[in-house]
Formats: sequence, structure tokens, C-alpha cells
Amino acid sequence: MSETLKGMVEALRTHRLFAVYTALVALIVLLAIFAPYLAPQDPMEGDMKNVLQTPSAAHWLGTDKLGRDTFSRIVAGTQVSLFMTLCLVLLVAVVGSVVGIVSGYFGGKVERVLMRFADMMLAFPGVVLAIAIAGILGGSVINTILALLAVAWAKYARLVRSLVVKIRNRDFILAAEVNGTRTRDILWRHILPNVLPMVVITGAMDIGTMMMEIAGLSFLGFGAQPPTPEWGLMLNEGRQYIQTAPWLMVYPGAAIFLVVTVFNLWGDSLRDVLDPRQD
Amino acid sequence: MKRFWKKLAEMLVTLLGVTFLTFCLSVLAPGDPAAMVLEAGDHIVSEELLAETRHEMGLDQPFLVQYGRWLGGVAHGDLGLSYSAKKPVAEKLMEGSTGTFFLAAVTVCFMLIISLPLGIWSAVHRNRWPDYLVRVGSFIGVSMPNFWLGLILLYVFGLKLGLFPITSSSVTAKGVVLPALTLAIYQSAKYVRQVRTVILDELHQDYVVGARARGISERRILYLHILPNALLPLITLLGMSIGWLLGGVAVIEVVFSWPGIGNMAVHAITMRDYPLVEGFVLWIAIVYMVINALVDLSYAYLDPRLRRTLGKGGGN
Repeated sequence: MSETLKGMVEALRTHRLFAVYTALVALIVLLAIFAPYLAPQDPMEGDMKNVLQTPSAAHWLGTDKLGRDTFSRIVAGTQVSLFMTLCLVLLVAVVGSVVGIVSGYFGGKVERVLMRFADMMLAFPGVVLAIAIAGILGGSVINTILALLAVAWAKYARLVRSLVVKIRNRDFILAAEVNGTRTRDILWRHILPNVLPMVVITGAMDIGTMMMEIAGLSFLGFGAQPPTPEWGLMLNEGRQYIQTAPWLMVYPGAAIFLVVTVFNLWGDSLRDVLDPRQD
Repeated sequence: MKRFWKKLAEMLVTLLGVTFLTFCLSVLAPGDPAAMVLEAGDHIVSEELLAETRHEMGLDQPFLVQYGRWLGGVAHGDLGLSYSAKKPVAEKLMEGSTGTFFLAAVTVCFMLIISLPLGIWSAVHRNRWPDYLVRVGSFIGVSMPNFWLGLILLYVFGLKLGLFPITSSSVTAKGVVLPALTLAIYQSAKYVRQVRTVILDELHQDYVVGARARGISERRILYLHILPNALLPLITLLGMSIGWLLGGVAVIEVVFSWPGIGNMAVHAITMRDYPLVEGFVLWIAIVYMVINALVDLSYAYLDPRLRRTLGKGGGN
């Protein structure tokens, strides 16, 4: 585990582009953490005298139908979007890894049942199921995460299982077994460190996509609910004013685009850094 | 033949699993479909009427009985009645499918028109400016939320320039352009990379070197030698992207108010019209799997090497 981390820290010094992207990611994370202090106005407080104002010095990106400051809402939205996305990626990686390691290491019936289940999820367009799950359960931050978790874990489980099967019968594992090392320790100390880099790479590369899927569900009304300042939801609300107040749909979308771009660049360069086998 | 049956069995298991999952959710979900049906009529609902309606809709039955009934209906081609539209689910699905399949077909055409030439151009000029241009464009394309792109296109070409309708209540050739373009741009951004990789792989094959040595022109090599060989992987990748298309189409149909199956499903979910949602999930699953199976088959059909081994293997 510390190996992966060490590799990343090392890469910050040797790979200039990776360092630049990491700095950008750090900037977004800081923005998310300190969003409440950085937003010039209260993102939740309406001002009915100033509804649907065009962008101006007082309201850089205009105001929405309740007179709330769009810029402040976008800044506050960084926190919501990033928090949801990171929770989702982390959950998906953990669930996928556990299922993958268990089925890869123990094999047999457990493996067959779990992998059958994973194949079932993979043999179906995930977005459709996520829409159905989130929609039926009712829109909320938690339900959105659950819906996307339900469709995304299978890919990770398959990946991790294939990695575990590859090292399952290597000498160092067999030696540990012969030594009488506890199964828990074998999984934790010998198997996990070997699959972790790939999981981290895949997770990092998926952050952008997952952020877009979360925003997409919110856009449909099956994600975060008003008055949460979530980008997808803001786009949904802004959509009704496309004729009179186009800034309401331009800027939240631009925010998603920008942040997704940064995370995609970072994810790609992380892969290049940690996994030199690929060209 | 054995493979075929195995595949069919796997498909059935997936269908059962996915529909069962959706069914479980609809039972767990908050909100009472019976109340939704009655309240749509806008009068005050008595407790007796509610109970009666629940009974009529079979909602007072145990969960597994409800699922069993539904499955029994499906086996007879009866998908039940849509609560909100008061029409058979199958009829609603057919209505929506026309729009969605038309949209998907136009999208695939646009996507091929955009990504094939760009992918080939990028591969042929590897690591020179055309390649960088295409790669940057592709990167921007995958990072852009497609519903946002859709809204922007709608704003610019629909509202400002007035070239295309901003909503489509029926399936029209003019209305399909913007939603298809939105989907095609996102799809192309992914596909163009795959085209590039496939063409690059072929460019380094021995037969290309041989053809060059014989003095055959680059253009001829590209069109008569490389492209036919690249066709196989490209078809597989295209088939895979169609699956994504079926999933991603819902959001875009909502953006453009396109009368398709995704738009219908989103409304059905909001109305708690569970029979329609169930039908939608089942239908999409079937379409998706049939497309995948067709891609598999086309692969075997188009590759003479595979065809021969399949012919031999057919005996057992």
C-alpha cells in the first residue's frame, strides 16, 4: 500500500506533467474543502428582488430564479460533486476489490456465484439500471451513490479477480500458506499490495466518468434534490430558463467540464506513471 | 450449437436477475402506485377506493406472487398495463422504440462519418499535428458532459439560429439532427481513439511492408489492404458502443424532448408507473443482448479463419 503511495510521491519529482495535474487536482480539492469560505455570497439564500439577473459586477455569473448567486452556487457545488464522486469511487473500489480478492483467492462455488453476478451486471447497459434504481428509490445523494455503486462494482471485481488468479499460485503465496500464515494476513499483506496499483489507476481514471454520471442522474431529477447546489441539478433548473437566462445552463456545465477534464488528465498521467508497461 | 444454448441460458439468467432486481426496488420504493393512479384524476381518494384499486392492480399480493404473475405474463407476451397511460406496456414500448431506434441509427451514421476519417487521418500522421489535433479533440469530447453539450447545441442552433426545432413531439428528420449530433460527438470521441489504435496496429503488419516494397501507392495500401483488415475489430467496437448508446440515450432524449423510449422511461419513473419501468428494463436488456450476439455472429461470419474453425467445431 505504501509502495503505491511512494511511487506516486516519487513521480511528483520525476514527471513534470503529473506534478502539474496533481497540483490542479489539489487546487480543486482545496476549493471544495474551503467552498463555504470562498463563495462570495450565501449559495442558499434567495433574493426575490434580484431574480434572473444577467452576469454583472455584483453577481459574476448572474442569479437564478430565486435570486441566488450562480457563482457562489457553483463554488459550493464543487464540494457536493467532489464529495459524492470520491465516495462513489472509493466504495466501488472497496466493494470490487473485496469481491475480486475473495473470489480469486478462494475460488470454487463462491467464485462462481460472485462472478456470475458480476457478469450479469456487465451484460447490461449500466446507465439504464442506474437510472431505474435511483429513480425508483427516489432522488437523494445517497441513493444516487448506491445506484451507481450497484452497476459499477462488477468491472472492478472482474479486474481484481483476474489479477488475483494470476498470482494465486505463485511461490510467495504458497510459501506463506505453507508457513501457516493466517489467511487474513495473506490477503492483506500479500494479495492486496499486488492488486492495489491497478485498482488505484482504474479508480483514478474513472473519477471523471463517475462525476459525469452523478451529474447526469441529478440532471434527470434522480440525484441531489433542491436546494442543494449540485451542478447537474443546477443545469436541470437552468434548462427551463434557456431562453431568458442562458448563463444558468452554461456555467454549471462548464464547471463539470473543467473539473472532469482535470481529473481525466490526472488519471491518464497517473496510469503512465504507475504502470510503465503500457506504451 | 452447444455454445449457442449456453449463451441463450446466460442471457435468460441475466434477464431474470435484472428484472428481479428492478421488481424488488419497486416494492421497496416509497410511494403507492395505487394512490398515484387515483390522484391523477384530481379528486379526494377514500381509503376503501384505495384498497379496492390496490386489489385490482394486484398490489395486495405477496411480492413473489406479483413477480411470478408478471413473469407468467411476459412468457405469454403480456407486459401488463401502464398505470399512467392506461395502455398496454408493449404498445407504449413500441411507440417509444421507433423514435429511439431512428435516433440511434442516425447517431451511428454521424459517428462513422466523424470518427472513421479522423481516426485514419490521425493514425497515418502519427505524432504529427493532425494526430495531436484529433487526440486533443477526442479528449475534450470525452470530458464534456453530453447533456450540457446538448443544451448548448440547442441554444445555439435551435434558439439563436433557429435552424432546428427546440422540441420534437413527433419523430421528424429535422428534429433528429441535434440529438443525434450530440450523441455522435461523445461517441466519436471514444471511437476515434479505437479507430486510430486499430489502424496503427495494421500499419505495422508485415503485409503493409510487403505492399510498400512492391511499390504500391500509400493510398491504395490504405484503402484496399488496411481498411478491409481493420473492419473486423472496428465492427466489434462499434457493437460495444451501441450498447452505451442505448444507455446514454435517455438523458439526451430528455434534453431534446425527443419522443423515444428513454424519455418515456424517465417519465414512467417519475409517475411510479412500475409496469412500464419493468417493461423498459426488460426491453433494453433484450435489445442490448441481441446486438451483442449479432456482433459476435458477424465476427465469426466476416473472418474466414473463424468461419473455418466454427465449421469444424460444428460437428461436436
